[in-house]
Amino acid sequence: MSEKLLNWDEILIGGAIKDPGNSKSYETGSWRVERPVWNPESCIQCMFCWVYCPDSSILVDENGKMAGIDYDHCKGCGICVEQCPTKPKSLAMLLEAEAKGKSEEEIRKEAFSK
Amino acid sequence: MGKKVALTGNEAAAHAIRQINPDVVAAFPITPSTPIPQGVAQFIADGQMDTEFVTVESEHSAMSACVGASAAGGRVMTATSANGYALMWEILYIASGTRLPIVMAVAARALSAPLNIHGDHSDIMGGRDTGWIQLIAENSQETYDNLIQAVKIAENKKVMTPALGAFDGFNISHAIEIWEMEDDAKVKEFVGEYEPLYPLLKTDEPITHGAWAPPNWYFENRMNQLEGLLNAKDVVADVGKEFGKAFGREYGLYEAYKMDDAEFTIVAAGSVCGTTKDVVDKLRENGVKAGLLKIRLFRPFPYKELADVLSGTKAIAVLDRVSPAGAQGGPLFTEIRSALYDVNNRPPVINYTYGLGGRDTQPVHINSVYDTLKKIVDTGRVEKQFDCLNLRGTWG
Ligand code: SF4
Ligand code: SF4
Repeated sequence: MSEKLLNWDEILIGGAIKDPGNSKSYETGSWRVERPVWNPESCIQCMFCWVYCPDSSILVDENGKMAGIDYDHCKGCGICVEQCPTKPKSLAMLLEAEAKGKSEEEIRKEAFSK
Repeated sequence: MGKKVALTGNEAAAHAIRQINPDVVAAFPITPSTPIPQGVAQFIADGQMDTEFVTVESEHSAMSACVGASAAGGRVMTATSANGYALMWEILYIASGTRLPIVMAVAARALSAPLNIHGDHSDIMGGRDTGWIQLIAENSQETYDNLIQAVKIAENKKVMTPALGAFDGFNISHAIEIWEMEDDAKVKEFVGEYEPLYPLLKTDEPITHGAWAPPNWYFENRMNQLEGLLNAKDVVADVGKEFGKAFGREYGLYEAYKMDDAEFTIVAAGSVCGTTKDVVDKLRENGVKAGLLKIRLFRPFPYKELADVLSGTKAIAVLDRVSPAGAQGGPLFTEIRSALYDVNNRPPVINYTYGLGGRDTQPVHINSVYDTLKKIVDTGRVEKQFDCLNLRGTWG
């Protein structure tokens, strides 16, 4: 994340932005209290989560398949979990505090054991 | 050639909008400005203009629709008054912050409570810091002329800032006066084609409007915006001259009426200036060196130029058509007084509130102001810094 901070007389007027999509350079993952955890085993690849995520934080691979969560931008709203048709099997919320310092596998275990 | 017409101030505004023929007008009716959108809707229905008229459910929506249409790249106009203007508040800042050159006619009116639909400057003065250019007209002719000029001022590439043309509710909006309406073609030529800077609809050059600016960007944006507003001062002067060349009525930042040798000066804005000019003429016949400094451009406030005009005078009364609302005086007073702080031998400045909620201000009241100024000069003493004109009971 590196953006050039311009002076007041160097910017475009009206806060206009000529390089659309630059919000990607602004990471919002640290705002999260809870994180969605994905379980690929039970995921049926319906892509509902991708459609519903308000922050474009569902990762998609080159085949157009759900590939995980973009934790740099996911704000932890939980919408993806709520609308997942396999609920509560493929997506579950876990407190960041409980995820801290754990491996991906441990986190998954923690999230889906409840 | 233009022609003389006998029409109201609202009709003057509606005809200006007809001749400008903007891409979009989004407006909601409110007294006393209702006849403006009504007139525009009629012109559209009669095939005299091809503006897209957006009917909305509130003034908040009216200004929001204006913001959208302007960001899309259209030339956009609207009209409102009082509580309608107040309801636009949030979006007024968004229009100016997004640098959208929307032009709005405001038939200036009192704000509730108590409920009152008559003229004063509570609305526009309350909105003086919304980042809009503010022009104030004395009569119907200026209402018409200001709106036409406002389009050119707002759309100037160094400015790109919304502008309002205000005129007193009822005193001007509903009074029939004789004024000169210019040829449609000449007005069209004067305002020219609008070329937006960053239109949303230019899809091969994608642009984002209304994005978030975190603490490391917001400050720079606000100061960039201020520069545009300040640039408007010179552009107002240039466009005023250009207008004079095109139509024979030249405009400046202000009007100095018999100010060359004036000793007793009233500073005011709006329709009260007509009454004041009559009083000045009468006083001059009797050898009293009275003068009037009429404010035309209130935002950006041309404080240096105004201070220059006022520096030679002996005593000044500033008339505000709004309550000081807890400040040392009305907004015009505090700004004029501040402008004079840097002048050597600055004259005493007093303040009056007048005309609230449509209260009449007659020559006798203006005369009393000049009498007070004369007394201040004679005695060297200011007895009351603030007073009211035509209020029942003694203030202070
Ligand atoms: S929690 Fe919210 S932001 Fe995060 S991936 Fe799910 S829907 Fe998107
Ligand atoms: S909504 Fe649930 S099942 Fe559908 S793709 Fe997302 S995680 Fe998989």
